[in-house]
Amino acid sequence: MAGSASEYIQHHLQNLTYGKLPAGYERADGTVLDQATWTLAKTGAEASDMGFWALHVDSLGWSVGLGLLFLFLFRLAARRATSDVPGGLQNFVEVMVEFVDNSVKETFHGKNKVIAPLSLTIFCWVFLMNLMDLVPVDFLPQLFHLAGADYMKVVPTTDVNITLGMSLSVFALIIYYSIKVKGVGGFVGELTLHPFSSDNLFLKVLLIPVNLLLEGVSLLAKPISLALRLFGNLYAGELIFILIALLPLWAQWTLSVPWAIFHILIITLQAFIFMMLTIVYLSMAHEDSH
Amino acid sequence: MNINLTIIGQAIAFFIFVVFCMKYVWPPVMAALQERQKKIADGLAASDRAARDLELAQEKSAQELREAKQQAAALIEQANKRANQIVEASKEDARKEGQKLIEQAKAEIEQERNQARDALRAEIAAIAIAGAEKILETSVDATKHSEMLDKLAAEL
Repeated sequence: MAGSASEYIQHHLQNLTYGKLPAGYERADGTVLDQATWTLAKTGAEASDMGFWALHVDSLGWSVGLGLLFLFLFRLAARRATSDVPGGLQNFVEVMVEFVDNSVKETFHGKNKVIAPLSLTIFCWVFLMNLMDLVPVDFLPQLFHLAGADYMKVVPTTDVNITLGMSLSVFALIIYYSIKVKGVGGFVGELTLHPFSSDNLFLKVLLIPVNLLLEGVSLLAKPISLALRLFGNLYAGELIFILIALLPLWAQWTLSVPWAIFHILIITLQAFIFMMLTIVYLSMAHEDSH
Repeated sequence: MNINLTIIGQAIAFFIFVVFCMKYVWPPVMAALQERQKKIADGLAASDRAARDLELAQEKSAQELREAKQQAAALIEQANKRANQIVEASKEDARKEGQKLIEQAKAEIEQERNQARDALRAEIAAIAIAGAEKILETSVDATKHSEMLDKLAAEL
């Protein structure tokens, strides 16, 4: 734990980044690259200089690992699923599946084979990713530091790229189903002819830009708010854990234990909210009310 | 907080996971759930039916019990009547038999009495003759007086 408190915090908030550094770039240790190189960033500045063509290896690794863990467990139960007396794992999986299924049925009344499994994946996956927040903040980074990795952020949902990756996928589904259900004309009409409409054709045309602005903002706000809500909650929670870790050792547990207990609520709630909003957005996309 | 390729990586992973979940996780679990639901529904229906059957069977058995009781009562009554008849008949028989026995016994007694009387008569005659002989100190011509003695004996 070298350096001042702000260095400690910044170190904890830096992803392990793998990306391309351009030719002629002066690295943190003073060496100058003679050609463009794909490498792990050694500092935060290097990571941001990599621009868009960089991967957060830690976020992606943990998120994919946790996703695989979820699928492995559920596939294990699904393969052995019987209609007789279920075992412990099957019981748990069935509870989750039924819970998600009920949530979907309450909100979404159409016929769609994608939404329920999508919601299950979102809920379990986001929950698992959030759950990493309860691992003590220094525990895994320290282990990886010993293994040679300079940076390690273990909670994927504190990375806005991860939450945006998911919410943009949901956004793509919203667009896809809107067009599929209402047709291109219907979707465009929904964006341009509401909420203000008129019987007068001239007025109608005049109102198109206004409607487009309003509807466009509300449409675009969906993925952004979805991503930033999850990210913000988890990022703030993580930050507080990091701040608590800066306290003297005897004081840490008096704060980190209550915060962790409170956080159990938050990580579950955020996973649930992400899932519910996905269902709501997709059911709105299916509604052909106008 | 850099926006970078991670978004696309995460989106691809998300897509693959959702497809896997849709193909290999959701359907088997749902199928098992629905099958169990159906099983439970069937089981409940069967238990309802069984309860109804049980009720019917109980009713039927009660009815049969009642009938059996009535039959038994009728049988008992009949048997009692028959028994009474038998008792009456046997009483009658016994009475007749007794009567017969009594009559027989009476006849026997009569007969014996007659015999005894005859024997007595004969003996008395002999005793009387002997007495008369002693009294007369003479032999009595039995044949001469037998007629008279027989007459005497007949009077006894």
